[in-house]
Amino acid sequence: MTAFRNSSLSALLVIVLGVLATLAIPQWVDDFALIQITIYVVMAILAISQAFIWGFSGILCFGQASFFGLGAYTYALSVINMGESTWPVLLAIAVPGIFAMLLGYFMFYGRLSDVYMGVITLTVSLIFFNSVNSTAGPEYHVGKAPLGGFNGIPAIPGINMPGNPENTLDAVAFFYLSAFSLILIYAGLRWLISSRIGHVIVAIKENEQRATLLGFDARAYKLFAFTVGGCIAGLAGCYFANWGSFTSPTVFSLAQSAQIIVWVIVGGLGTLVGPIIGCMAIQWLTTQIGTQQTFNANLVLGFILTVFVLLVPKGIIPSLGDVLSSLFARKPQQGEDA
Amino acid sequence: MDLALIVSVQVLYAVATLVIISSGLAVIFGMMRVINLAHGEFLMLGAYSAIFATKQGIDIWISMLVVAPIVVGLFGIVVERVIIRHLYGRMVDTMLATWGLSLLSVGLVTSIFGNTTAGVSTPLGSFSIGLYSVSIYTMVIILIAVLLLLAIRWVLRSTDWGLIARGTMQNPAMADVLGISPNKVYATTFAVGAALSGLAGGLLAPVSGVVPTMGASFIAKAFITVIGGGSAILAGTASASALFGLINQLATFITTPVFGEVALFIAAVVMLRLLPQGITGRFFKGSL
Repeated sequence: MTAFRNSSLSALLVIVLGVLATLAIPQWVDDFALIQITIYVVMAILAISQAFIWGFSGILCFGQASFFGLGAYTYALSVINMGESTWPVLLAIAVPGIFAMLLGYFMFYGRLSDVYMGVITLTVSLIFFNSVNSTAGPEYHVGKAPLGGFNGIPAIPGINMPGNPENTLDAVAFFYLSAFSLILIYAGLRWLISSRIGHVIVAIKENEQRATLLGFDARAYKLFAFTVGGCIAGLAGCYFANWGSFTSPTVFSLAQSAQIIVWVIVGGLGTLVGPIIGCMAIQWLTTQIGTQQTFNANLVLGFILTVFVLLVPKGIIPSLGDVLSSLFARKPQQGEDA
Repeated sequence: MDLALIVSVQVLYAVATLVIISSGLAVIFGMMRVINLAHGEFLMLGAYSAIFATKQGIDIWISMLVVAPIVVGLFGIVVERVIIRHLYGRMVDTMLATWGLSLLSVGLVTSIFGNTTAGVSTPLGSFSIGLYSVSIYTMVIILIAVLLLLAIRWVLRSTDWGLIARGTMQNPAMADVLGISPNKVYATTFAVGAALSGLAGGLLAPVSGVVPTMGASFIAKAFITVIGGGSAILAGTASASALFGLINQLATFITTPVFGEVALFIAAVVMLRLLPQGITGRFFKGSL
């Protein structure tokens, strides 16, 4: 099963299924459902960024929401000022990337252990939440765009065709954009992981000391992986701001960071497809809970997280894989015994 | 002159608050190496129990100083038995499970008490220094922080229980051979840490807005203080509280409270780059 998971065949399978689903969904569902599915896809981009830096580089980042939020705010502020979305989208990828690089420099070159790293990243997202939350007054603005504090920024212009501000994307086109971005990012990450750099990154995760003794600068490779994760999370933030034409400081909140962790844990650490499935399943679940109002969403999320850590620590996809491979493996073994 | 005096009282108060909110975590994380991300929710439960007890007609001092630590201490025992004991030595899993616990507690308290601010009024009055008035409760918090540090020092250093706890944390197998059950020591230590967090929540209930999500505003500060302090939990927590409290309050005085907190966090991140082992990794070596 592991061999299959790492083969390019499995990547191809996921990509083909993804493309087919992307093309089929807008034909089948109504507009409301399509908009719901779009946000699932956008959040899946965020989930895959965490899946990469945690599952493949072993970086325990509890503040992935800070890059997500930074992406959302960068897009919102720059698109309101520029009125055209090509540069703002690129900025929403670059600014969180640069920030991840700076933060990563302090963490990796300070040789913090992964536990401290978790606490530091959590703290950073809290700093963002607290600072942005307190910028409600009119004196806080970037160019034409007020920061809005806890009220957030409303009426953010949508993404338009490059160079043509009149032609903004409609719901279907935005769905295609998000879904194909997700598929491209998945393919890109699979390619990166199977490349030489990716092998070194995984080797560092498995045994940092050994990799260092073999002559690889573990800090630089981790910094690279962390920056890539920051860029992807930033893009997810940009799409999120687009999706509702709105962003507020809750993008930086602890609940947001916790959600990302839950997606990855539930889907399965060390895979890329698992967290995407975990993300969509959990979001569907929280939406259902939200409409019912019997249980508090926090309560259910917390319960799922605790239960999964205690009982299904590998997550759904790897556990399913184990079950399947043990089913297939058992038959020949019994034959040999007999 | 009056201004200088009032600023120093505020700095002392900021330091004392840090000491109070981090002492429980210093025991649970500093001694046991259990990363308890539900620490903020332990405080929140302490605050809620204090307020609930006061509303039932119990004297406010008893609610804060007795009821809150006992309730949260008992909660700590349950948490240790149900969740933590399965995860000793698995730090990352502990973080995740306690984060789940934290969300669970927030959800539970929101379902029971609703998402509104509860509160009791600050006991005692205030006195004035020149033109400024200072709440007497501020002075009480400072006094309690000092007493708390002295009490922890006394327990760890001068009692059998402190010796056993420190010994078990260093070498559980050896303690086991000597006839001490490590399981019991772990459970008790965790409960003591939880009770200290409950006490902190009770004490802060009158001076902070008590909402189900209040834990989030303490958790980061508490961790930063304990990590910044380093391996010697008592000297570390005290010195890190002093440093960060000073920075926080001075930045608050110059700008706004929010940027005071930001200054605290930035100072902590930069300090960990310079002193990855915390303050006591370099200074006060060998202290408790």
